[in-house]
Amino acid sequence: MIETIKHTIDYISAPTISFTLITVLFPLFFPPTDFFDKLNRKLRIYKIWTNAGGLILFTLISIFFYMGYTDPNFKIILMKGDNFPIVLMIYTMFFFTWYAMKKSYINDARIEEGKKPTEWHDPEDKVLVWPDLVYIELIALILFMVFLIVWAILVPAPLEEPANPAATPNPSKAPWYFLGLQEMLVYFDPWLAGVLFPTLIIVGMCAIPYMDINKKGDGYYSFKERRVGYFIFMYGWLVLWIYLIVIGTFFRGPNWNFFGPFEYWDPHKLEVLNNVNLSEYFWVIGLGQPLPQNILVRESVGFLVTGLYVFVLPVVLAKTILKNMYKAYGPTRYTFLMILGLSMLSLPIKMYLRWIFNLKYIIGIPEWFFNI
Amino acid sequence: MEEKNNKKESILEKLGNSSVWKSIFRSGVPRTRRQRMYAVLGNVFLHLHPARLPRHAVKVGYTWCMGGLSFFLFVVLTITGILLMFYYRPTVEYAFTDIIDLGEQVPLGIMREIHRWGAHAMVLTTWLHMLRVFMTGSYKPPREFNWAVGVILMTLTLLLSFTGYLLPWDQLAIWAVTVGTNMARATPFLGSEGPGASLLAIGDINLVHAASDVRFALLGGRFVGEATLLRFYVLHCIAVPFIAMIFMAVHFWRIRKDGGISGPL
Repeated sequence: MIETIKHTIDYISAPTISFTLITVLFPLFFPPTDFFDKLNRKLRIYKIWTNAGGLILFTLISIFFYMGYTDPNFKIILMKGDNFPIVLMIYTMFFFTWYAMKKSYINDARIEEGKKPTEWHDPEDKVLVWPDLVYIELIALILFMVFLIVWAILVPAPLEEPANPAATPNPSKAPWYFLGLQEMLVYFDPWLAGVLFPTLIIVGMCAIPYMDINKKGDGYYSFKERRVGYFIFMYGWLVLWIYLIVIGTFFRGPNWNFFGPFEYWDPHKLEVLNNVNLSEYFWVIGLGQPLPQNILVRESVGFLVTGLYVFVLPVVLAKTILKNMYKAYGPTRYTFLMILGLSMLSLPIKMYLRWIFNLKYIIGIPEWFFNI
Repeated sequence: MEEKNNKKESILEKLGNSSVWKSIFRSGVPRTRRQRMYAVLGNVFLHLHPARLPRHAVKVGYTWCMGGLSFFLFVVLTITGILLMFYYRPTVEYAFTDIIDLGEQVPLGIMREIHRWGAHAMVLTTWLHMLRVFMTGSYKPPREFNWAVGVILMTLTLLLSFTGYLLPWDQLAIWAVTVGTNMARATPFLGSEGPGASLLAIGDINLVHAASDVRFALLGGRFVGEATLLRFYVLHCIAVPFIAMIFMAVHFWRIRKDGGISGPL
């Protein structure tokens, strides 16, 4: 029985399945449009943002970690000192997402009734910082320090063998907070996954207030008034960042192969690598010719596809389904939003191209280190 | 009559009314509303806060305390970091053994533990702070710029954590940093294996190669070695905290200037 559950969890945690599941289910949990909102209400998914829902969520995560703790394979990974922050991360991210959503739904209901959000108080009725805030800060600080000291006493800081440049561990992993980026390396070359995307993430994060022109929902928890922005941010945050970190930490073993949480990290596990470039698909498989000698001719299809995605798609969107948005945003803001949005979307797109077509590179010019 | 009143005064009040106390804190023990406001205004640390706040602003359910805890952790990490610097020498020869000594020879040797777990916790608290600010929509005008400053501070927190990761000089450290810094090799134009690097050449002499690219500048060599350890040590202990402090000053000051903590109108 337990074994079957473990095998099932191993099976569905494979990125192909878990990523698809999360992506398909995500709009049901954070409905960005009326269509998904109706589905959400029909299936009563919103009930997850109540105390009962939170308790179920908490229990499920705890059962998973308990199973992990009692499993010989998962225990090795779980008990690594530096992996404890990730357990903490999973709990806190779930808790605070749940907590904020719970508050948002309460506020949404109040606003619908024409009431002010729960955070609202009479602006004349102010409290004094001394002592009303200072003592809260003091308590928070003491409790947190106690927690930190207990953590420090119970868990020794990890220290492995002395550094040895000749012995590369397998797998070599970056610190846990960068494992989302390292996971991207499976799908993109380092110049994208390690340099361009991190830069775009920082720029894109800074740009959020300038891209979100919805004035509603400032200063209180709310979902309904800003559901599209909320959906995009939460997808980027919970799926493209947190989920990828979890994958990178718990599910990537030797040679960066995928291993289910309850699977033994076999260093000899072989994965068939038969990834094919778009140019090979086009010239060799499609037209039955050898690859052209000229690099630009060889990669012309890739350039065409990338050009269509980057330059033509935003224009088409602006004239069709995003017409109103383009009007509201104006050309400059719209262009920036498209650059950031299309870059973000390119990750799931490339993931699926890899999984379905074994596509290695859309543009593959290793001669110039220019691979997309 | 006057003597009787004096007898009723508590020790705290006596202390608070003493000339030494008053010279330091300028007001006595704050009892009245006016005195309490003055206690905040007249204190360089407390005057980060306004004297009065809207009621929702002191609720943990609204703020989660995460921004404050991030700053608190920065202070804890600075203090434990200074203590660690007394014992730690950033050289390939001593770094690892100094770390072992920290646990085995130094009395009450959990400073490294507090420092390391505090660093991980700080990454989490900054993330949760960001999540709270997003979910309450607090980045909206007029607070757009302060959100951007916050994003930079979060990046600096990650950089602080990353540069510190190398210092124990064990297998975990050098390989995590090797994996991380290998990315710099692929920087467009400036990395030896980045797209466009071959364009920067005079005749057939490449300007950007493995011994001149950004990765080389970051590591102080072709590999993670002695020079890298020193570089990361200086970055970790001085350069990045210095930059972070400047951004923190801007961040805190802007909270006040942008109208204090966000709230519903």
